[in-house]
Amino acid sequence: MSVIISGATVLTESGEQRLDVRIDNGVISEMSASITPSHGDVVLNAQGCHVLPGFVDLHTHLREPGKEDSETIETGSRAGAKGGYTALVAMPNTTPAQDSIPIIEFVRAQGRRAGLVEVVPSGCITIGRAGVALAPLADLARNGVTIFTDDGSGVQDPAIMRRAMEYSRELGITLAQHCEVSALTAGAVMNECSCSSEMGVPGWPALAEELMVHRDIELAKLTGARIHFLHLSTAGSVRLVREAKKAGLPVTAEVTPHHLSLTEELLKSFDSTYKVNPPLRSVADIEALKEGLLDGTIDAVATDHAPHVKRDKELPLDQAPPGMLGLETALGVVLSTVPLSVAQLTAVMSTNPARIAGLSERHGMLAAVGRPANLCVVNLDAEWSVNPQSLASKSTNTPFVGRMLRGKVRHTIFEGVVVVNEGVAQR
Amino acid sequence: MKHCRSIEELGKEGLLRLIDSTDQMAEINRRPIPKVPALRGKTVVSLFFEDSTRTRLSFETAAKRLSAETMTFSVSTSSVNKGESLRDTVETITDMGVHAFVVRHKSAGVPWQIAQWTNASIINAGDGAHQHPTQALVDCYTVREAIGRQSFDGLNVTIVGDIKHSRVARSNISAFTMLGAQVTLVAPPTLMPAHTNQWPVRVSHSLDDVIASTDVLYMLRLQSERMDQGLIPNLGEYGNRFGLTDLRAQRLQPSAVVMHPGPMNRGVEMHVDPADLPNSLIHKQVANGVSVRMAVLFDVLARGAEVNSLKEEVVA
Repeated sequence: MSVIISGATVLTESGEQRLDVRIDNGVISEMSASITPSHGDVVLNAQGCHVLPGFVDLHTHLREPGKEDSETIETGSRAGAKGGYTALVAMPNTTPAQDSIPIIEFVRAQGRRAGLVEVVPSGCITIGRAGVALAPLADLARNGVTIFTDDGSGVQDPAIMRRAMEYSRELGITLAQHCEVSALTAGAVMNECSCSSEMGVPGWPALAEELMVHRDIELAKLTGARIHFLHLSTAGSVRLVREAKKAGLPVTAEVTPHHLSLTEELLKSFDSTYKVNPPLRSVADIEALKEGLLDGTIDAVATDHAPHVKRDKELPLDQAPPGMLGLETALGVVLSTVPLSVAQLTAVMSTNPARIAGLSERHGMLAAVGRPANLCVVNLDAEWSVNPQSLASKSTNTPFVGRMLRGKVRHTIFEGVVVVNEGVAQR
Repeated sequence: MKHCRSIEELGKEGLLRLIDSTDQMAEINRRPIPKVPALRGKTVVSLFFEDSTRTRLSFETAAKRLSAETMTFSVSTSSVNKGESLRDTVETITDMGVHAFVVRHKSAGVPWQIAQWTNASIINAGDGAHQHPTQALVDCYTVREAIGRQSFDGLNVTIVGDIKHSRVARSNISAFTMLGAQVTLVAPPTLMPAHTNQWPVRVSHSLDDVIASTDVLYMLRLQSERMDQGLIPNLGEYGNRFGLTDLRAQRLQPSAVVMHPGPMNRGVEMHVDPADLPNSLIHKQVANGVSVRMAVLFDVLARGAEVNSLKEEVVA
């Protein structure tokens, strides 16, 4: 019994080709102009669609353990699968934090139990994300953790960050930084701009991000260690990363769909749906981020999917937690916002993030016979609008309600199994 | 008007309408028995999540003079201390049948949030550092009364102090500008909001530079916690640079008026005793507070027939 993807355009090493794809035992077993299904084969109609490697999200908050009322590994995995993802890097700001082998193993096990995507737990850089003492990076790396971050906050102490980078260099892992000098963002609600001044709320200046980007670029120069910058949000950060790459430093960066598409003015409504960290910025920042994504300065689109229960988002704007959903809308927002080619889209949504997270042996590979079948089938032209009631996520804090998006996920195949069929999760 | 939440929402027309109707309310307040039945059967709840003396009392007095029922909610004795959410609090009170919430909260935007959870009218009595529209109405009414003319064209209004954290400043900048005045902000750079170059104001960091050309000097309260936050070195230095000293008071034009929203910090922003100032409007501000809030409550709560009956009352 095979899975057959029928009628699609497949992105292969030699470009886009009209091919049918057969999958057996988790692996692509045949690619040819026309495959005739046998009795019992599962046939996925993919007319007018593209077959791409499954997307890889470098930045997902699955909330389990600790905040299962806003998301669980299962519901987040389902949201991911519906968004075309076959791998999610789970951020470590859980309770308890992902700084020890038992927690990492728990997250992995819950991911396997859900069986919808590969859940890839990131490890903490410092114990409890407290920024004081290094987490057991080598022990965690030996247990398969490939990417480390204190996301939710940045590592404030430059001496700790220097040690983390020196220590990690020979472990073959990636350190990922949430760039925010927290002394400059105390109480911040939104971008520091004329809106924040009118609203009388503390602003989050671009400087707070750019100082840490600059610091860590200098540390990469000093230590030779790799550094990945999470959710860049300012024009200045894009400039710094572009210069660092020009100088040959081992830096990579990601941007979120919301930082590519939404501006600070939305906060004028005092609607905490638009509160996110780092905050929504100006039109000029958006333009710089798009340019950075198109010219390769920014390697990946990552969602920073951050579910929150309604009662928390109903707190006053200054008390409500930051964050918005992203997994189910990422493709549509990116395609509706940035003029990417199919190859560029695949690079930023799949190939590059798979490489950064050390998943290239299983994810982010263009379709070819013998390769693992982690794929998504997407209609790049289909228009749809977001209905919060039909989201798979346990939370509904999406800022894209009612927006028309272009680009829709039709099927997702994870380890050879159809986990999403015609947009409907199968598990 | 459904709500009174910000000067921007009121607009110039609303602002002028309320200032005009304040005159009528002031007339009621001059009577031996300052009470009319205009808002009989209406219930007004004051929902104060932050301490207040004058604003809360003036709203409650205003409601009573218009014969509305009043309820008072204060955080220290409420279920909020038992962890009740803002939404649940508002929905619970709404269920009791209220027509208007007078809201004060330390967080900007709360009056807009609350409006999603109730059909009652919302009157903003101060939200964070955002807006305090009834204070600006009081101040504009008080200035109009003092200068004796409708238009503020050519009037130099100087607002001095902690602009950054002041909802009074934000509402007054909008209101005075809308009525034609030229507003100048005076503060150390650390107490000035970012991007004021996009506001319709002049900015100065020296009170001495602007005091002689000022028609309305508006002093803001400086909270001592600004020193703890490192925004100013100490209160003494602040007072020396931005306080109203005797020397500075002498440089005011004879016609210039001095205002303060209270409560005053004597010896910090107010070195001079306001009783010694020939043109202090500080007591007038408080006195007018009740009339203005009557005008706001009436505008928000009264409908056609009641408007006419009030007019008859006033004429009688």
